[in-house]
Amino acid sequence: MRRTLFESLTRRPLTETPPTADNAALAELAASLDRAARQRLGRSLAIREVDAGSCNGCELEIHALNNAFYDLERFGLRFVASPRHADVLLVTGPVTRNMREALERTFNATPEPKWVVAVGRCAADGGVFAGSYAVVGGVDAVIPADLHIAGCPPTPLQLLQGLLALLAPRRDRVAPQP
Amino acid sequence: MPVLADILAQGQRVVGHRPWPRYQVTPEAWNQAASAIAAGRASLFGLWGDTGAAPMVNMAIIEESSGDIAVASLACPMRKFPSVGALHPPAIRLERAIHSLCGLEPVGAPDTRPWLDFGFWNVKHPLGECAPVAAAPGAYAFLPAEGAALHQIPVGPVHAGTIEPGHFRFTASGETVVRLEERLGYVHKGIESLMAGATIERAAQLAARASGDSTVAYGIAFAHAVEAALGIEAPARARYVRALMAELERLANHLGDIGAICNDAAFALMQAHCAVLREEVLRAAARSFGHRLMMDRVVPGGVAADLHADGPNVIRALLQDIRLRFPRLVELYDNTASLQDRTAAAGVVSVDLVRRFAASGYIGRASGRGFDARKTPGYAPYDRLDFTVPVLTEGDVDARIWIRVREVEQSLQLIEQILATLPGGPVATALEGGDGEGLGLAEGFRGDVLAWVRLDGLSVVRCHLRDPSWFQWPLLESAVEGNIVADFPLCNKSFNCSYSGHDL
Ligand code: SF4
Repeated sequence: MRRTLFESLTRRPLTETPPTADNAALAELAASLDRAARQRLGRSLAIREVDAGSCNGCELEIHALNNAFYDLERFGLRFVASPRHADVLLVTGPVTRNMREALERTFNATPEPKWVVAVGRCAADGGVFAGSYAVVGGVDAVIPADLHIAGCPPTPLQLLQGLLALLAPRRDRVAPQP
Repeated sequence: MPVLADILAQGQRVVGHRPWPRYQVTPEAWNQAASAIAAGRASLFGLWGDTGAAPMVNMAIIEESSGDIAVASLACPMRKFPSVGALHPPAIRLERAIHSLCGLEPVGAPDTRPWLDFGFWNVKHPLGECAPVAAAPGAYAFLPAEGAALHQIPVGPVHAGTIEPGHFRFTASGETVVRLEERLGYVHKGIESLMAGATIERAAQLAARASGDSTVAYGIAFAHAVEAALGIEAPARARYVRALMAELERLANHLGDIGAICNDAAFALMQAHCAVLREEVLRAAARSFGHRLMMDRVVPGGVAADLHADGPNVIRALLQDIRLRFPRLVELYDNTASLQDRTAAAGVVSVDLVRRFAASGYIGRASGRGFDARKTPGYAPYDRLDFTVPVLTEGDVDARIWIRVREVEQSLQLIEQILATLPGGPVATALEGGDGEGLGLAEGFRGDVLAWVRLDGLSVVRCHLRDPSWFQWPLLESAVEGNIVADFPLCNKSFNCSYSGHDL
């Protein structure tokens, strides 16, 4: 273990230069959020992920945000275990009828002000699963989403660009250069 | 299939079912087959309902020693069939799902509670008569556990981590779990009903999204089934390219799992390093195939696109990198006593239980069952590649980690062989419509995926997908019994069963 630890002192960090926030995401957020909410949420956001029916592909890429290349926490964004600690709900999947109630209850358990980010094509409109007896539709069919991140699944970079838009007003202060 | 041949030969062989036979059998033969499985003379491979013009249930059976596979079909004119679960418990959840989805009733079943259907769908028996009903969710009757000092802990469907939803009902005595009962179905998306009537192309996209972590494996299993039904074969190069993607998928998942299991034992260093290796696999996949998870790259008839021109170099560099760094991580795992203290002897699954459930993948192999669809019955190009299937018998979390470690090593050298022997030629054959039936298999990182289709021209009449998790989830209930509640995440991660693949 010592060798592995020492080596990380001498090796160049793997973490990549932060991307700039996605323009479309910025525009969507500007339209949906008032300034006051943004200021109250400030520069550090707690994210609660909710799988509302996904195929698990989106979760895999959300996981990747924590690896050394993307290192989400450097932006002040971190995943929390309970919706009661969360500022942001990151919702994936078409919302299944069997998950609808759990999603609503998670949303209600999240304190105001809160943002909902719909991740992936399924979360936008149900994707390939739209029209099924077991699917309600996209996230908006159940709770209001403030931001949509496209992709099937979105790449970690796309996720990062979308999430950085949440911090955009103070982005230059938040994103440190590696 | 010597054991089952006599039983099935009483039935009538169905024309146009490939590559393995399907027999229309009598209720007596159905029961005999179920008894033979219960006696351990063959293994249950799948069980699903089919409610076309004539409702029936199908039971896929495999004889592991020979690799012989057959499907027994029983007509259910009265929408009833003799329960297999009454004789062979691994069939219970499959039968509950058949009842909920198709409305075919297993007579004599030991557990008649619905499965997957929570009463929210507004329809009853969506794969059967699909009758509209008012949504009527009722309380689910969890199995009772009685005793003075017992308490229950309900967990889920929304869990603490970034994972899929499901409900776990623990009954504990102090810190010790005396019973775990799973309730699954939260991510049921109705995939099989969306497939019915869909074009082969759209059905392939749905199959690729049954379980995102196994998108390549599902793609291959579905393609095998369609190709069998049409009586065609994908070109040689396509099969090698598929295997290349399948091994990259296995690598990525195993690397991710090894890190995540150690992380659940509070050893984050391993997670940090394994996550880097996993990311490198996905990046190599993106550069070689244009998609990090390689979704929609396998299509019936071949592959959607050939390996990118610099793919072989990218992948060779990846192999070199993993070969350099992975052994150090294995050494780290092996030499960290505090970590092994958590994983050794935790979450044990007995050899006997694994054999009865015919559980596959690392769960089966950690408990003595070396079954691997790449070997038995086998499919191209693995018949031309040299690899071994690791088997252990301890059945604990530690053994499930070691199986993954050994499989990472096997996948590395399989990828090397594939790159060295990759044949030239086209990567796809055009599909011409047909009306056959096909059964396809693929070995995913989690175990064997089974796909069954009936085609009409270029569209799917009925498709059934069976995730390996069906025979693994029930074993988790057994594995955590007697462990402390706090060890559940560790045991669960070492299983890493699919919710979406199971719920469909
Ligand atoms: S968007 Fe794609 S990856 Fe995400 S849940 Fe839907 S099908 Fe899966």
